[in-house]
Amino acid sequence: MTDHTISVYDAELRTLAKHIAEMGGISEGMIGDALRALVRADSFLAKRVIADDRDLDNLQRRVEEDAVRTIAKRQPMASDLREIIASLRIAGNLERCGDLAKNIARRAIALQGHALPPKLVHGIEHISELTQAQLSRVLDAYVTKDVETADFVWRNDDEIDAMYTSLFRELLTYMMEDPRNISSCTHLLFCAKNVERIGDHATNIAETIIYQATGSVPSNERPKQDNSSTNLVH
Amino acid sequence: MDASVQTASTTNQSAALANASKVKMRGKNVNVFYGEKQALFDVDLDVRKHQVTSLIGPSGCGKSTFLRCLNRMNDTIDVCRVQGDITLDGKDIYDPSVDVVELRARVGMVFQKPNPFPKSIFDNVAYGPRIHGLANSKTELEAMVVTSLQKAGLFEEVKDRLDGPGTGLSGGQQQRLCIARAIAVSPEVILMDEPCSALDPIATAKVEELIDELRSNYTIVIVTHSMQQAARVSQRTAFFHMGNLVEEGETDDIFTNPNDKRTQDYITGRFG
Repeated sequence: MTDHTISVYDAELRTLAKHIAEMGGISEGMIGDALRALVRADSFLAKRVIADDRDLDNLQRRVEEDAVRTIAKRQPMASDLREIIASLRIAGNLERCGDLAKNIARRAIALQGHALPPKLVHGIEHISELTQAQLSRVLDAYVTKDVETADFVWRNDDEIDAMYTSLFRELLTYMMEDPRNISSCTHLLFCAKNVERIGDHATNIAETIIYQATGSVPSNERPKQDNSSTNLVH
Repeated sequence: MDASVQTASTTNQSAALANASKVKMRGKNVNVFYGEKQALFDVDLDVRKHQVTSLIGPSGCGKSTFLRCLNRMNDTIDVCRVQGDITLDGKDIYDPSVDVVELRARVGMVFQKPNPFPKSIFDNVAYGPRIHGLANSKTELEAMVVTSLQKAGLFEEVKDRLDGPGTGLSGGQQQRLCIARAIAVSPEVILMDEPCSALDPIATAKVEELIDELRSNYTIVIVTHSMQQAARVSQRTAFFHMGNLVEEGETDDIFTNPNDKRTQDYITGRFG
């Protein structure tokens, strides 16, 4: 796109995008580390994730302050306005992703010394891989302003939902088999839910990228396969 | 909410919706020349009843030229030639049988710089009704002046000094006096050519508030260089560039998601 007559305005928008990209990098790293910490029972790594969250929060605050200042100074219109609103929204989504990763890291520390059933651990690893791939794809789409990829991410959250529902059932089965599993399985259940929520944030970011580029959000209902909040297991 | 109030507001809304689709003035294939130089190229633009239409665009884009065509102000420029059709309620305003003075009473104008006559506040507003012979008695004339000043949101500020000079008012008050003068002859359309560009932010806010109030009784066309003002006061926006009407549509759409790249570039500050 053509540059603004006021070149500082372009610099301000570039800084916003740069900080969002940085936030994306940090949150991706935190999510990967939190899950490694969980699977490998690595409390050192888990503590690093918890510490990293502060950087993410600071960056989000920075994005918010910069966005508010740019709105006040430049009275942005049309695509500029959407870009700034998008940066605010995406910063919020990424900050939440960081919180969820931090929560997984805390649970990884709590689960230290508990033997976890390998099948469940594989399940968590699998849902995480799917989610991380979604997040990474959507962050690339943000940088390259690629609406097609964003749309692909937006449509592909159902696999994560389905995976989460199946993990949910499996964890319940373990708990019913032996009540001594309840404590660790509840932690794992929350971890799985957190991962699933990160997937939701990735689709929110995808929606925002589509909004930024086109001015409207996708109106069709997204396919959903997470039945865990409406089903009872007997 | 009180049920009757709710019904009234629903009725108002549906009346507003019904009016929104009605065309008050229509320009079709409008071409304007200043001597050899063409200033407008085949402009088609509808001005809808009881709506504020803003005309935006960089300097020299033709927006003021188009505005001035709507009440034949361009007639006063010798070298200016207007082609095409411009209608008011379906009637051609350039038809030889049209009385230009009467047309300008129906389509009033407010200019960039407040230009009160060097007369009293009262006489400024009474001027139009007097020359058009609209009042049958002194009482009727006084009532017209008071109503116009009230509609322009100025009466409370000047009621104790109606005999004082209009030029003694502040810039913002002078502009509202000019609006009162324009509405004293009961126009149907009010044209405003950058009415706030010489005013401070508070006076601007008062005029903008007034524009919104006037909309229920009049149809308004405003030329403005302030994109924020166009976004705030108008329901429809037309973007002109180099004598062409590039895009016209709902103000909300134009300022959030315009169709044309030139509109996008202009309103986001990428040229102009």
